[in-house]
Amino acid sequence: MIAEHLPALVVVVPLAAAPLIVLLRSAALGWALAFAASLFAFGASLALAAEVARAGVISYHLGSWPPPWGIEYRIDALSAFLLVLVSAIGAVVAPYAWRSIAAELPREQHYLYHAVFCLCLAGLLGMTATGDAFNVFVFMEIASLAMYVLIALGRDRRALLASFQYLILGTIGATFYVVGVGLLYLVTGTLNIADMAERLAHDGGTRPVLAALAFITVGLSLKLALFPLHLWLPNAYAYAPSAVTAFLAATATKVSVYVLLRFYFTVFGAGLVLETLPVPEILIGLSIAAIVSASLVALWQADLKRMFAYSSVAQIGYITLGIGLATRDGLTAAVVHLFNHGITKGALFLLIGGIALRAGGAGFERLRGLGRAMPLTSLGITLAGLSLIGVPGTAGFISKWTLVLGAIEAGYWWLAALVVLTSLIAVAYVWRFVEAAYLQAPDARTPPAGEAPFSMLAPSWLLVGACFWFGFDTSFTVESARRAAALMLGGAP
Amino acid sequence: MSAAQLIIACLLVPAVGAAGIALAGRWPNLRETVTLSTAALLFASVLGLLPKVLAGGVPQLFVLEMLPGIALGFRVEALGMLFALVASGLWIVNSVYSIGYMRGNDEPQQTRFYVCFALALAATMGIAFSANLLTLFLFYEILTLVTWPLVTHHGDEEARKGGRLYLGFLLGTSIVLLLPAIIATWALAGTLEFTPGGILRDKASGPVIGGLLALYMFGIGKAALMPFHRWLPAAMVAPTPVSALLHAVAVVKAGVFTVVKVIVYVFGVDTLAGIRAADWLPAVAGFTIVAASIVALRSDNLKRRLAYSTVSQLSYVVLAAALLTPLSVIGATLHIATHAVGKITLFFAAGAIYTAAHKTEVSQLDGIGRRMPWTMGAFAVGALSMIGLPPAAGFISKWYLLAAAVELGHWTALGVVAASTLLNAAYFAPIVYRAFLRPPPAGAAAHGEAPLPMVLALTATAALTLVLFFQPDVALALARAVAGG
Repeated sequence: MIAEHLPALVVVVPLAAAPLIVLLRSAALGWALAFAASLFAFGASLALAAEVARAGVISYHLGSWPPPWGIEYRIDALSAFLLVLVSAIGAVVAPYAWRSIAAELPREQHYLYHAVFCLCLAGLLGMTATGDAFNVFVFMEIASLAMYVLIALGRDRRALLASFQYLILGTIGATFYVVGVGLLYLVTGTLNIADMAERLAHDGGTRPVLAALAFITVGLSLKLALFPLHLWLPNAYAYAPSAVTAFLAATATKVSVYVLLRFYFTVFGAGLVLETLPVPEILIGLSIAAIVSASLVALWQADLKRMFAYSSVAQIGYITLGIGLATRDGLTAAVVHLFNHGITKGALFLLIGGIALRAGGAGFERLRGLGRAMPLTSLGITLAGLSLIGVPGTAGFISKWTLVLGAIEAGYWWLAALVVLTSLIAVAYVWRFVEAAYLQAPDARTPPAGEAPFSMLAPSWLLVGACFWFGFDTSFTVESARRAAALMLGGAP
Repeated sequence: MSAAQLIIACLLVPAVGAAGIALAGRWPNLRETVTLSTAALLFASVLGLLPKVLAGGVPQLFVLEMLPGIALGFRVEALGMLFALVASGLWIVNSVYSIGYMRGNDEPQQTRFYVCFALALAATMGIAFSANLLTLFLFYEILTLVTWPLVTHHGDEEARKGGRLYLGFLLGTSIVLLLPAIIATWALAGTLEFTPGGILRDKASGPVIGGLLALYMFGIGKAALMPFHRWLPAAMVAPTPVSALLHAVAVVKAGVFTVVKVIVYVFGVDTLAGIRAADWLPAVAGFTIVAASIVALRSDNLKRRLAYSTVSQLSYVVLAAALLTPLSVIGATLHIATHAVGKITLFFAAGAIYTAAHKTEVSQLDGIGRRMPWTMGAFAVGALSMIGLPPAAGFISKWYLLAAAVELGHWTALGVVAASTLLNAAYFAPIVYRAFLRPPPAGAAAHGEAPLPMVLALTATAALTLVLFFQPDVALALARAVAGG
């Protein structure tokens, strides 16, 4: 009975938790509800992923209205994979937030944080689960508004400006997206994604459709921070509360990539996107620019959080590079990296939150000799950093392997060379941390010896462990990504 | 125990030992007992596999599938067997030596030192027994990372610089050159398993094979082929036991081991010989041999001289493997073992001199042989092995290399070996001469031998260098098996 409604419940439960938390006005109850809702979402996502792997696509008709009139929730290999990522990160960040938020926010804002967190989680899950183009927009706005609030909660006053920047750019992105959807509605007369795809198969390639493609590409590129539309990201990540940064870095841009993939390969179809327009060339070019420039900028940051924020822009470049290859292997690499980068960056930002708690910030001047003061946190950052570099045995290595393999099989030898060369920059910036933490003598600014509280360390290390688990056992990640890639390319008309 | 259990033991014993060392950190005597018993247990496990391999068996262990079609797995063949024997056997001696050295010099962070050492041995076993390129690459990178804290042991500016060079060269070459080579091999051959005869026959054209070979040879930075050799002298900032076991045996031998493994089991000797894709390699190796020897000749710092001697000697292995005949492959395999025992003796002696007399430069060694006769006697044996004269082990591997060069009529290789022999004599003989025949400088501080554990260790390895000359049967049997009969 409940199982059959899971596609809706996975979104509805966190969504309903939000107003409940506001009504209760209690930090402890709010935290408990948010944690429970995110755990439920995680369990539901796992169940949905298992069901999709067993029986194929799940189509759920909201309120029993059949599509294309009603709203359809549609879970396939790709969306199930994303649901698992988003809800898993949610379930890890929720318990972490208890102590982290307590340290960074005034007490009267605690329950509001938990409520908005639930809204954000619901919005991101909704964007992934829904099979309706306009419904995607609705959830995108729910998630984005929640994010603006979450970022603005940062205790540094610059968080307000960062949030405002993101608000402006994010709204422009959403507007572009909705204009694109409007054009598609004009042509097809439907908002259901599957239905839209079917109709476009007959009269794709007309001018409004191409315009829609352009609008949606630009809109989503803003949301997923594709170079050069990434300018909102570093400040937003740097000044948001620690728990928020970890959650956003691991999920928000990833879901936007998902929506882009959905439109490219389900709605427009690989034929139109890859052949009629120079989309792969543009994507590859911008991805290279993102990887090289953001990696180099990351190298010169004076703050650990900012450094990894720029690193995120570069890593998104690897994902879009995989999409630009436009082959099965390339798409597999992109989807695998969505997940692997999500858990790696999640781990890093959670651990940095621990440093911020103990040292009052994560500037490099506070990291001298941190290996002695916070041994577990330092080791965790080093290990997750290895995954970011792509050392074998880590999740990041699996991403790099699939991406380089994809590039070689597509005949792009120089791209393979570029991918491995740029990962050396990651070695350099990760090693800046390692040298500061282990080879520099502590001084007055180094925090006194002592770890972050257990409720923060445990979730962080859970993700660090995941970085290694998914470096050896790839049956879930690579298999799911291959199925998703096959679906995207095979589903093309 | 079954073969699979022995393989698991070889990997887990040092890893568990590392945990034990960390737990026993507060009680130095207990900690050192854990190290020694771990080393003994590891050597026993490796020895347990030897009869099976000598009988022609190939013990295997499949762990899990890391990527679709590529397993994390282990397969013990003759080359890996020999490498594992050398590394694990010398670890016992080196641990005895370390105890003397670390205590004698009152080094900081001793627990971390022993933990990283044990982890490095675990990684070395993983490399030696790996069944395919991906498994090998995994442990190859782990070895780089766990030896980094040993290189930067002292934590000062010099250590930091050394550590940067170490990591930059080793991670850099492996990520930029070796990894793409492995992925390209997978794309071309559809397998990464080490297979007698190679996996690339008829899979690609000559130039592609040649390019791939270049990626491998330079990508395996641990083999220190010029111009990617600078990390090795930089690594000499580490305490001497690290230089002795890791940067004369485990890490560098992991490099040349991988070179031989790739040439024999990935490309296949006959494939390479058939299309002449490896013709450039003897020249590069020969250049490295001679150039590194010249640098060694000009270095006054003893450890630096030994490091460049290692760079030079490593290329003997590459040169031998690149000649692509059964005799030369035997020479390459043997040299992994014979150079190891000789060079570890030399480093042990250098460390003993530093501990007892606090001397690091060759020019300070006048007359030291009279105060430290055991140490300098062992040094002389090691030097003899480097030069390649009987009755030291180095003679045997050099003999096979020369025989192969003569058989092929490869005059470049012959010339390189001849020049290198002279150069080796030129930079080792003066040290022995100074130590024994020059009078000590007036007013020198009186000192005797280094602490007993160190003297015991270096005597043992010097003896081993001689024993290996008279009793090379096991090593030779394994080397013949690598060469294919």
